[in-house]
Amino acid sequence: MNILSLFIAALFTENFVMVKFLGICPFLGVSQKKETAIGMGLAVTFVMSIASAITWIVNEFLLKQFDVTYLQTIIFILIIAGLVQFVEMFVKKSMPALYNALGIYLPLITTNCAVLGVTLLNVQHQFNFIESFLYGAFAALGFTLSIVLFAGIRESISEKNIPKCFHGFPIALITAGLMAIAFMGFSGFSI
Amino acid sequence: MTQIISAVFIVGGTGLVFGCILAFASFIFKVDEDTRIELILTELPGANCGACGFAGCAAYAAAVVSGQAGMSACTVGKQPTAEKIAAIMGSTPEAATAMTAEVLCGGTCTLAKNKYDYSGISDCIAANKLSGGAKSCPFGCLGLGSCVRVCQFGAIVIQDGIAVIDKDKCVACGKCVVTCPKHIITLMPAKQEYVVKCISTDSAATVNQYCKTGCIACKICEKNCPSSAIMVVDNVAVIDYANCTNCGICAEKCPKKIIYKKEKGEIG
Repeated sequence: MNILSLFIAALFTENFVMVKFLGICPFLGVSQKKETAIGMGLAVTFVMSIASAITWIVNEFLLKQFDVTYLQTIIFILIIAGLVQFVEMFVKKSMPALYNALGIYLPLITTNCAVLGVTLLNVQHQFNFIESFLYGAFAALGFTLSIVLFAGIRESISEKNIPKCFHGFPIALITAGLMAIAFMGFSGFSI
Repeated sequence: MTQIISAVFIVGGTGLVFGCILAFASFIFKVDEDTRIELILTELPGANCGACGFAGCAAYAAAVVSGQAGMSACTVGKQPTAEKIAAIMGSTPEAATAMTAEVLCGGTCTLAKNKYDYSGISDCIAANKLSGGAKSCPFGCLGLGSCVRVCQFGAIVIQDGIAVIDKDKCVACGKCVVTCPKHIITLMPAKQEYVVKCISTDSAATVNQYCKTGCIACKICEKNCPSSAIMVVDNVAVIDYANCTNCGICAEKCPKKIIYKKEKGEIG
């Protein structure tokens, strides 16, 4: 798999939010404003890339050596949880405004199925180290792309005249559904 | 057997390594937080009801330390909590008037008429959307319990078709006040013992048509009050809580028996 086809797959044809439907929770929760959406996207990118790298190393040199690959799910979650705690401490110290804006959604990245999903997909596709790391980073970029686009639409919708029964979540879910249909247009596209 | 041992060691070992890394990181990325916030948080009741006006007890503790909030804003903890907070902050608390909520309707199912049989969702907000609910009186309590469900202190019950608030359990968080679609619940000073349980501004003739106990604005209470604390405004008697001395004369003289004395745990 070359880098460009990985990039296209992770961002468009197999976008984690729009096609695989992973990571919906922060997608819906942090997308009211573009600034917080970008901040969330950056946090997820950091977590997903480093998690992909570390889980690949642990899988290769620990789990495969001792023939305990069935422990992948547990160990991967452990690594991801530790990483997210680390990121939370880092963000709280260095960017307190972003920390307050993200609130509960920062530790929610831990239970975000997209992060565990990308690490397990790396194992499934049998990527090497570089491919794993890049796939993790690109998948997170795809997540960032979706969430920033969604935030932009939500921001401009919030000023428009919507029927009262659609305010808030209903119109957000309808928008997300329409975006998912749009992303279906990329299916089958490969390099 | 070796499988189990190696699995235990691998998972345990990875956990230990990451634990150590995180412990180390917590030293590097230490954020100095005012210790008073933590101390105040332990003194607060922890109900997270929002009566103080802040999003939960943690937010209120932070606001007190930063000077944005008064020390007596917690209506659940009342004076004892205010004093503990003041002790931590190193000053004296302002005196706060204890408040309770009260449902201003006496129209039980035997005294008030219904205009239709309602068999929908057992929710006042839903019933209110159908021409203002099943009660003939456009102001009255519908008794379907939206307020009961929203009260996290169990202070409201439905008795004889109307909501009744136990003033000992009520902490005046205000949730029932905003939930009631009839806006028939208000907050008043806890020391107030007598309440006019009617807000209907309709004339006496109209009130008599739909309720046996509604206020008919006869002004007997107004004429007999020794402190001029009760007055008929807009066809309904209203008590001025600042002037009321709780003498009970208005309740005695009221021909409709619509002025109630708040009893502990039940309504008179």
